[in-house]
Amino acid sequence: MIKLSRRRLIVSGLAAAAGASGLAVAARLAQKYGLIPPDGGGIYGLGETLSYASQRLLTTHALAREFSRSQISPRPFPNELAPFTDDFKRLQAGGFADWRLAVDGLVAQPALFSLAGLKSYPSRSHITELTCEEGWSYIAEWIGVPLSHVLNLVGVHPQAKYVVYTSAEPGMWDSIDMADALHPQTFLCYGMNGGELPVAHGGPLRMRLPRQIGYKNVKFVNRLTVTDNIKGFGKGLGSAAAEFGYAWYTGI
Amino acid sequence: MATLGSAELPARASIASGGATSLISKPVLRHSALVRLTHWVTFLCFLALLVSGIEIVISHPRFYWGETGNSLTTPLFQLPIPSSRKLVPTGYSYVLPDQNGWSRALHFQTAWIAVLTGLLYVISGFLSGHFRRDVFPGKADLSPRALLTSFLKPLRFERPSAGEMFSYNGLQRLTYLFVIFVLFPLVIWSGLAMSLGFISAFPWTVNLLGGRQSARTIHFFVSMALVLFLLVHVLMVCLAGFRSRTGAMITGRTGTREEGT
Repeated sequence: MIKLSRRRLIVSGLAAAAGASGLAVAARLAQKYGLIPPDGGGIYGLGETLSYASQRLLTTHALAREFSRSQISPRPFPNELAPFTDDFKRLQAGGFADWRLAVDGLVAQPALFSLAGLKSYPSRSHITELTCEEGWSYIAEWIGVPLSHVLNLVGVHPQAKYVVYTSAEPGMWDSIDMADALHPQTFLCYGMNGGELPVAHGGPLRMRLPRQIGYKNVKFVNRLTVTDNIKGFGKGLGSAAAEFGYAWYTGI
Repeated sequence: MATLGSAELPARASIASGGATSLISKPVLRHSALVRLTHWVTFLCFLALLVSGIEIVISHPRFYWGETGNSLTTPLFQLPIPSSRKLVPTGYSYVLPDQNGWSRALHFQTAWIAVLTGLLYVISGFLSGHFRRDVFPGKADLSPRALLTSFLKPLRFERPSAGEMFSYNGLQRLTYLFVIFVLFPLVIWSGLAMSLGFISAFPWTVNLLGGRQSARTIHFFVSMALVLFLLVHVLMVCLAGFRSRTGAMITGRTGTREEGT
């Protein structure tokens, strides 16, 4: 019995050592290829990293399902909104004529875009499902300018890793990696179902990412910041939601 | 000693085909180390998935069929519970605290561990002969008479025979087969069919289930079936002798000495 126990002890020790060094190598590789999300630490870091890394490896270029016009939900559900700021109310009263989207950070030419300016670029649309992390969903036609178009206009530096987007709703901000930022279905969305994007759905400008959950599709976007260091924003977890315990990556 | 299958078990035949197991007087290896490890890891995962799953459902206790569904559409059914979201029409005057952040994180992290553990179990189960020996039913196990007997015995609160301490009867084998190869794959599939990233790469996985809300509803029902299995499983363990059966799943050993009736 003693002999066996000793042998088992040695074998287990070797297995543990192999496992630990295997994990270390995997972590190093994941870091190198940008497969660890900003909130990849902490007790749920393993799960967040596994989900993000595997989806980045498998689905980077995949397109979200698009639906037919007849599948558009007759009554899209507008989720609860925080009270508007006086600033927002003033802009709304003026028909958002003075709304500006600021783009800065690691770009060749920081710029301000008006809604009219954004609408002057080639308009794209897709009929996709918006799904809330709570479980509900609806299908709508989303109209806007691909984020990649705006990023190309301002000239993104090659070392860029994330695009941080900020809302007119105080304290609301989020970020996406370049794979999502340059994805053809990622829109700066200003229209819905043939008309303007209603304020209840995030108008005048909403980030629309059909491959991620609703809360990642931040409403009232008024600033984009391109960065290579997400740690410099907020608590460094990549989003305001992550600071409240909600995952940064929501492809799952 | 560190064998994967129950190689030390003399009676490889199942109960219905008649075993000579009652002749054994010293403790024998009932469950291999790998079966025991994966059993308890799966058990812990199941509890974490259940708790976090319930918390997620509370944020929207309405279920739909098809692609879409929300508070403005007619649900297939609604659980009679309060919600953690104000805008869900529940009939309750109060709103529960929001627990979705950690619940989702715990649910997905645990799902990873559970799926990897399940893969380890299934692959080793085929390689070690565990499935062939302990799970796949033999012809005799499947006779209506044998199945009926194994079904009625626990209903009469009859304790299993001594031989059943070393192997499974036909009904147990069919149940485990169904849980391992139908319910678990289905709960994983319907779960993945809700992942927006996953279904962008593999859209057929959700289309085949009839849409994302259908996948969610299926995920709920399969989870409930697994809960039912867990309850019956624990009940049967209690009926057979909680100490000896649970002990066997912890130490791997069982023997005739503990078999009191």
